[in-house]
Amino acid sequence: MQVNIKIRRYNPEKQAKAWWGEYTLQDCSRTDSVLDVLHRVKWEIDGTLALRRSCAHGVCGSDAMRINGANSLACKMLISRLGKEGADSINIQVEPILGLPVLKDLIVDMEPFMEHYRSVLPYFINDEPAPADGRERLQSQADREKFDDTTKCILCAACTTSCPSYWANGKYVGPAAIVNAHRFIFDSRDEAAESRLNVVGDTFGVWRCRTIFNCTNACPREIEVTKAIAEVKVALATGKV
Amino acid sequence: MANPTVHTFDAVIVGAGGAGMMAALYAGKSANVAVISKLYPTRSHTGAAQGGIGAALANLEEDKWEWHAYDTVKGSDYLADQDAVDVLCQDAIDVVVELEHMGLPFDRIENGRISQRRFGGHTNNETNRPVYRACHAADRTGHMILQTLYQNCLKNKVNFFDEYQVVDLIRVDDTVRGVVAINIADGSFHIFHSKAVMFATGGWGRCWEVTSNAHSLTGDGAAICMRRGIPMQDMEFFQFHPTGIFKLGILITEGVRGEGGVLINGEGERFMERYAPSIKDLASRDVVSRAIYLEVQAGRGINGKNYVHLDVTPETVNHYFEKDGEDMRISREYIEQKLPDIADFTRTYLGVDPVKDPMPVQPTAHYAMGGIPTNVDSEVLLDAENRVLPGLYAAGEVACVSVHGANRLGTNSLTDLVVFGKRAGVRMADFCDSAELLPLPDNPAEEIMAEFDRIRNNEGNMKTYTLRDRMQKTMTANVSVFRVHDQMAKAINDMDEIKTDYTRFITVDDKGKQFNTDLLEAWELGCLIDLARATAASAIARTESRGAHARDDYPERDDDNWLTHTFATLQSDGSFELTYKPVTLGRYEPKPRVY
Ligand SMILES: Cc1cc2nc3c(=O)[nH]c(=O)nc-3n(C[C@H](O)[C@H](O)[C@H](O)COP(=O)(O)OP(=O)(O)OC[C@H]3O[C@@H](n4cnc5c(N)ncnc54)[C@H](O)[C@@H]3O)c2cc1C
Ligand code: SF4
Ligand code: FES
Repeated sequence: MQVNIKIRRYNPEKQAKAWWGEYTLQDCSRTDSVLDVLHRVKWEIDGTLALRRSCAHGVCGSDAMRINGANSLACKMLISRLGKEGADSINIQVEPILGLPVLKDLIVDMEPFMEHYRSVLPYFINDEPAPADGRERLQSQADREKFDDTTKCILCAACTTSCPSYWANGKYVGPAAIVNAHRFIFDSRDEAAESRLNVVGDTFGVWRCRTIFNCTNACPREIEVTKAIAEVKVALATGKV
Repeated sequence: MANPTVHTFDAVIVGAGGAGMMAALYAGKSANVAVISKLYPTRSHTGAAQGGIGAALANLEEDKWEWHAYDTVKGSDYLADQDAVDVLCQDAIDVVVELEHMGLPFDRIENGRISQRRFGGHTNNETNRPVYRACHAADRTGHMILQTLYQNCLKNKVNFFDEYQVVDLIRVDDTVRGVVAINIADGSFHIFHSKAVMFATGGWGRCWEVTSNAHSLTGDGAAICMRRGIPMQDMEFFQFHPTGIFKLGILITEGVRGEGGVLINGEGERFMERYAPSIKDLASRDVVSRAIYLEVQAGRGINGKNYVHLDVTPETVNHYFEKDGEDMRISREYIEQKLPDIADFTRTYLGVDPVKDPMPVQPTAHYAMGGIPTNVDSEVLLDAENRVLPGLYAAGEVACVSVHGANRLGTNSLTDLVVFGKRAGVRMADFCDSAELLPLPDNPAEEIMAEFDRIRNNEGNMKTYTLRDRMQKTMTANVSVFRVHDQMAKAINDMDEIKTDYTRFITVDDKGKQFNTDLLEAWELGCLIDLARATAASAIARTESRGAHARDDYPERDDDNWLTHTFATLQSDGSFELTYKPVTLGRYEPKPRVY
């Protein structure tokens, strides 16, 4: 089948303004991903096209982009999902994720995103000595289940860069940082919930969330992001985790 | 071009996967360490590991590290060094516990301990039955290891240089002085001047067409070392995992079979019963991959095609549990809970719901058993006489200790990363304590900068992807699951031509500096080509069948002549010198390998 793909291009070494590159590819297969198509553009047509990618199956988080107006991972979005059933040509439009500075073509500066992530103390804190028998700390299956969903995050930024509150104000820590705070706040073995709640309870924390659900829809790991944010809000309101 | 910026550290670690970050945590306790990674650390391929990390915790049933060691040696087809395997299996227990203490969210069993599952080749040595040894967090164990190590690195304020790609090692005689790297964002060259260097750059599955490996797994660290005179050990042993998604190569973890999944051929037969009567679908990977090939060859693929089915639907699994006299029964919910990512992959990429329908699978290029030779302290060896190159370390998939020998058992790579990554870190910190920072030679980046200029400006007519495609095709056709002299000779020939074409005709479109991934991909292809050539040269010389190296013309294992590790050293004319080092045996005498 034929794919017509429009890609938002930008290369500050050459030209100050962004432009649209339009490419047509023949012999695409319904089961190709958008990443496959981008690779064909890069390899066969224009090697200057810049994008990040690595695993090609949705687990490394490199290739979040805006595809036909919604964020997803290029490698997880099959082109057949973007066209009408039975159509013999598909139109695709690809842009960098919104809200982070674009560096070249589909590559954005991840640093502001990572800074928000780091601000929630995204690491295990427990200063008690480990069990004297030299073995693992115990955790019940029920306690483990409480934060299972938020352990799945691959830091792809699809959620944060689909959030209107984040677009409105880049100081908002954003859904991804809250997801990672949640992962530790609700871990029964961790002892620093309070410090993290202070960060996400701040004016640029969870209260910026207007439950628009874009994040949940965008998350390629199917994390219930809005629910995690709500659980953090409840913990803040009740002081209980 | 501007002079490269010079950074000075006690130690630089190249690669931020499981091995690199584990080393960073330990080396960083006393030394000033930089971790350089071409990907953001959390995007390293360790994050793709699914099934589990092997350690004889005995949380569900009796188990001992000695059984783990025996299984590893047997799995390796007796090519692993048994002293190193002892270290792996003993240290495994403490390191897995340590990961838990670092916060890793393992799945739990009812009493609150770490959950374990069955995996190929791991057995109770007394009953020969599969044993619960693979510690796991659902089917994203590697993801949780990678995240946990990264989190702990942030906590310990490790210096990361993200999206810097190392392109050369600065070696002066038998000392190392640092590495040369490119900052991918702006194309600038940087020199990292250091007392110690460690490579933890992962594998090179991209030499083959169908692979479970990321696009970024291009063997850079191994190729860099090889070009600087370090031999490559046991390159002929590359693992083909039996269950990659048909055509795509995306891995379906052995954990699926650990939970009861079975392989079924075009005649509806559970064919592994014929090849491995006692542990069947959970035989070692080389055995299962060969069985799939033979089934397909005999016309028993699904609809006569070159794939078989992996069936984990409760109906099928429970049927065979009952037949085998197992008490266990599974439900759809159980599969969803234990294998959520697998279910997601097959739904996304195949439109197959694994709780209802079987998945089409074929062997996929998966894991490099060979690589940079090291001892059990992760120090790099210069030759088959075990001479150490002081200050140079390697761990993880890029290294060959050797604990995997001719065939790695599932779950033993993650164990390898953390065990030998840690040992590298500890040893490196000691080394940096006493070693001097030796001066840099004049213009250490000159040679590699010239090579990049050459690729950038070469007026050829061959793009990276066409040459890569040729390499992958010949390696897949001629140096994969089954091998024979004439085909390997053809691969060697083809690879020589590809190397020549690469040198003369490679061309890139992007002549710029910022994020010039076109240029970097072209350079990476050069690495893959060198590693593919080392693989074929090592393989054709080994006239026996052992583990992943299965030859039609030499179908038997030959312990009289081949209980040896291959060392392939790249010569200035592009050929390889092959030397051999005897395997370190121990408690386990080589015997025929039956499952
Ligand atoms: C799909 C899949 C599933 C697996 N499942 C399991 C499992 O269940 N159990 C198990 O034990 N094993 C499993 N394995 C194997 C195991 O995951 C890998 O062998 C292991 O993770 C490799 O880790 P590493 O630290 O050596 O390298 P990687 O995690 O691959 O990291 C390599 C690092 O090197 C960096 N790098 C590479 N080149 C350069 C360069 N030139 N300059 C700078 N940085 C560079 C990269 O950025 C990256 O940070 C699996 C493998 C795959 C592919
Ligand atoms: S929560 Fe989901 S969308 Fe957001 S960064 Fe994590 S994986 Fe990506
Ligand atoms: S390339 Fe890894 S998530 Fe898409």
